[in-house]
Amino acid sequence: MMLSASKSPLDRVAAHVRDMPPSGIRDFFEIVSTMKDVISLGIGEPDFASPWKIRESAIYSLERGVTHYTSNLGLLSLRKAIAGYLGQTYQLDYNPADEILVTVGVSEGLDLALRAILEPGDEVIYHEPCYVSYNPLISFAHGVPVGVVTTAEDDFRLTREAVEAKITPKTKALLLNFPNNPTGAALGEKDLHALAALAVEHDLLVITDEIYAELTYEGTHTSIASLPGMKDRTLFLHGFSKAWAMTGLRLGYACGPKALVGAMMKIHQYSMLCAPITSQEAGLEALRNPADTIAGMKDEYRRRRNYITSCLEDMGLPCVFPRGAFYAFPRVAELGLSSKEFALKLLDEEKVAVVPGTAFGACGKGFVRCSYATSMDEIKEAMVRMARFVKRLA
Amino acid sequence: MDELLKLLKENARETPENLARMLNQSVEEIQRRIQDYEKRGVIRGYQAVVNRDALDSDLVTAVIEVKVTPEREGGFNHIAKRISKFEEVSSLYLMSGTFDLLLFVSGRDLKEVAWFVAEKLATIPGVLSTATHFMLKTYKADGVYMDVEDDVERLKVTP
Ligand SMILES: Cc1ncc(COP(=O)(O)O)c(C=O)c1O
Repeated sequence: MMLSASKSPLDRVAAHVRDMPPSGIRDFFEIVSTMKDVISLGIGEPDFASPWKIRESAIYSLERGVTHYTSNLGLLSLRKAIAGYLGQTYQLDYNPADEILVTVGVSEGLDLALRAILEPGDEVIYHEPCYVSYNPLISFAHGVPVGVVTTAEDDFRLTREAVEAKITPKTKALLLNFPNNPTGAALGEKDLHALAALAVEHDLLVITDEIYAELTYEGTHTSIASLPGMKDRTLFLHGFSKAWAMTGLRLGYACGPKALVGAMMKIHQYSMLCAPITSQEAGLEALRNPADTIAGMKDEYRRRRNYITSCLEDMGLPCVFPRGAFYAFPRVAELGLSSKEFALKLLDEEKVAVVPGTAFGACGKGFVRCSYATSMDEIKEAMVRMARFVKRLA
Repeated sequence: MDELLKLLKENARETPENLARMLNQSVEEIQRRIQDYEKRGVIRGYQAVVNRDALDSDLVTAVIEVKVTPEREGGFNHIAKRISKFEEVSSLYLMSGTFDLLLFVSGRDLKEVAWFVAEKLATIPGVLSTATHFMLKTYKADGVYMDVEDDVERLKVTP
């Protein structure tokens, strides 16, 4: 009997996974984590612990022995609370029975949505700079990621024209994220309506990641899913990570027409079974008086945003005024360094960590992301150090 | 409460420059508003929040419930003001419920507080009865935790 030559472990890895470059955030993390006394503006999660009443209700559920699997869709009580919340806050109308799926964060929701809709070669249009997972998740689902560039000159708006230029017969979906990580951009009503109209004209599905919806500091957030005619062609993804400061509890939800949510649920039931019940119990508490629960944190973020943008302006680093999320995305190109060089040098000389803009897509070149999900005291010190650094460079 | 007041309540030492940045107003405007609060008596003072338990002192604080007879004219005000004049009394509130006044009283030691209650407080005409509770440990005061908990580790860079 012939023995075939043994493959190396790397050879066993599927090509589309092997060939995926590691996240630009990851390398930077490796460098930062070896250093001491760094003030990090590189963190994409709230510095707050989850509000105590939320933690307390999770503890209480454990005390009662609530430790079992839930329905694949998630606790019905939680789905009802989500439906009520979305109806009241964003004028969205989803049936808790079959149009809402509780997921392990928006991360899982995204993965499920893409896997449920994509055939090999289908194209998904998304806008850059953007959250690091979009491009890889589309590829892992055997789709083709098609990035649209948004620019600081245009306040990182996503226009109908820019999207339209990328539409081909293979385009299956448009993936949106406003308020945006890493730019803090929000979409105005006009752009929102224009994009909705475009989706209708070209019969596209819209996947909308609105995880920062509550953290909108100027005006109120409007979901594209709430526009006329959009519900049937939109998958709405949301979760508790950001506004409720529950990142590590891993809780989110996907809402959409029954057939699409049902398809996502098919994958979810075999791969995940259900979201952790302790987190679902916490989520129920999070949706009791949600506006009051998040108000204090939101006010604090708004003040930090004002603070950080005014300091950046004084330093001479131009920055599109972030309307939501908790990031400022200043331009550093004028200082003669690439965004990565800027970030490394700032880290080395002043021990302040920011994330190079290129981690969020090639068009992030010349920018860095400064997260203000860090205490005001740390932000103050970081701004002093950064100003000193910029002055030396200039 | 107004956002500026809230910020000053959290940290009275915050500079007008920083407050101006946070609230997106000019430094002059912030200074003018603070002065206005002071003039109108909305801001009555600025104090450090001291963790007494961290000090090497035997200073004790008692919370004292006091029942009094209100006066025909002036109600509780007259007697409350009179009691508040003692420098041992750090706080004094008029309460609803089974007693009338709630006092926070500090002294060098138990004896001193006991003496104050017996000799000064209980003998004031109109004071009907007192109930004294000594405070043993402060966990949180004015929204500030007295024990510093270890920081929870967060990853230094995340997406
Ligand atoms: C735009 C965006 N979407 C999704 C996520 C992931 O969220 P979750 O914790 O719900 O998986 C993040 C987290 O940084 C994000 O910024």
